[in-house]
Amino acid sequence: MSTEVPFRILPRVGKRNEHYWHGGRDGELRFQRCADCGYYLHPPTVLCPLCHSKNIVIEAVSGKAEILTFTINYQPWMPGLEVPFVLAVVRCLEQDDLRITTNIVGCDPEEVKIGMPVKVIFEAHEDEEVWIPLFTPDESERP
Amino acid sequence: MSSPDSSESFDLIGERRAVISGAGQSDIGRRLYRDPLELTLDACLAAVSDAGLTTSDIDGLSTYPGGMEAPLGFSGAGITEVHDALRLNLNWWTGSMELPSQLGAVINACLAVSAGLAKHVLCFRSVWEGSAQGNEGRSAVMPGGSPGSSYRASGFMEWLLPYSAPSAAMWIAMMANRHFHEYGTTREQLGQIAINARKNAALNPNAIYRDPMTMDDYLNVRMISTPLSLYDCDVPCDGGTAVIVSRIDTVDDLRKPPIQVEALGTALHGRPSWDQFDDLSTMAVRDAGSQVWGRTDLKPQDVQVAEMYDGFSFITMTWLEAMGFCGKGESGPFVEGGSRIARDGELPLNTHGGQLSAGRLHGFGFLHEACVQLWNEGGERQVSGNPEVAVACAGGGPMAGAMLLTQRR
Repeated sequence: MSTEVPFRILPRVGKRNEHYWHGGRDGELRFQRCADCGYYLHPPTVLCPLCHSKNIVIEAVSGKAEILTFTINYQPWMPGLEVPFVLAVVRCLEQDDLRITTNIVGCDPEEVKIGMPVKVIFEAHEDEEVWIPLFTPDESERP
Repeated sequence: MSSPDSSESFDLIGERRAVISGAGQSDIGRRLYRDPLELTLDACLAAVSDAGLTTSDIDGLSTYPGGMEAPLGFSGAGITEVHDALRLNLNWWTGSMELPSQLGAVINACLAVSAGLAKHVLCFRSVWEGSAQGNEGRSAVMPGGSPGSSYRASGFMEWLLPYSAPSAAMWIAMMANRHFHEYGTTREQLGQIAINARKNAALNPNAIYRDPMTMDDYLNVRMISTPLSLYDCDVPCDGGTAVIVSRIDTVDDLRKPPIQVEALGTALHGRPSWDQFDDLSTMAVRDAGSQVWGRTDLKPQDVQVAEMYDGFSFITMTWLEAMGFCGKGESGPFVEGGSRIARDGELPLNTHGGQLSAGRLHGFGFLHEACVQLWNEGGERQVSGNPEVAVACAGGGPMAGAMLLTQRR
């Protein structure tokens, strides 16, 4: 496997979102969570949309998720982009509506299925201090 | 999702004070390399003249998205340029892209005349994406540049661009895949949207692609992002579209019987997001569509012409369901074989060729065509039987706007 880090457009990291993009440095997928009602918040915000509490903390989740939907992209939208690759929306097991859009890696795109259990891995862009949460099939969940 | 009924406490549906009195378009082409302001003004003057008005009658101006530099070609002109170019005297104006779809600009105009802020509002939308992309293709206008660029993603794109998802084709593809998974929808069914559009475009002299498309052509063209292939994606073009929204008591000043705005749909009850919306097999269209039928005595089966957004073919499928032409999840069987949505079928759909074949005029093309059909001006592509009820719907993802229109002769 190549050790070269693939081309990605990186996010602008600031106070509100650094937990998500830096968590991979410690191997953790992190989200905001309301300390009062327990609701996970994503994308990051400044108050809980359910109870309006501003008592928001950062918490790591298990990194286990389920694929809600996906697409295999073949179009080279940008110079430097290698195709095909899988784009997916996954649901973290901790909460029904805790979702992220991500890439599924580490398997043949044709093997990806809706409902498939996946787990987080991180792609390090150390020079830029960004760790991209990606997902890969979770073999431990295979029957 | 619960749908609070916004109309229950009102005796009068406000948008019924609004009519569409004129419509016009500029030249339309794949790449015209013309000044986009010229295309915009050609469309505006055509609409003013179609209504039997002059620019001195126009006292309102509305557009989507307003003037903007990037992405290149997305906006041909903003409010200020058109205002000044035509030396208008305005009582009301607005230009924005945070709206219930591109047609939100027309819906705003309906509200403005209903509120008495203006009598005749010129609404326009122009694009020059074809020329802007030139020979470099789509990557010429994509955000983010290339390896080594210092660009950083922010806003909602922060959650998409780092995953190499710069295009709505990919976001919509995931919704289509979820629909396929839940309801057994097939590429052959989806293909009917593209094939039907191409059939209709053959009769539209202004359409971009007019050569016949077979199911084999559709199934064998290159894949963009599964399950969407090239023919599921609309074609960037250059051109402008304009309509005049007038107050109903000005009808005696108009050249021809205006089209009644019967009911509007603007709702968005889920999260305003491509990937966080509660149901990944539909979009905001669900809420805007159902709202329409709470504001009128007409029923989906009264609609004789449907012009519904096809920036990607799958969006039209969700509109078919959202507007109640079929049940949730039933758009696949509904379009199967193509006869039901054909020009001589029970629900003629995208009679100009849609954005898939007539060009990505971005929302306004559907409204223009609905008006053309209700005025019986469709020429070779005119739906027979003097249609009196049409819908024009625009938007996908977290943006959706619907207009139910009638022509009572």
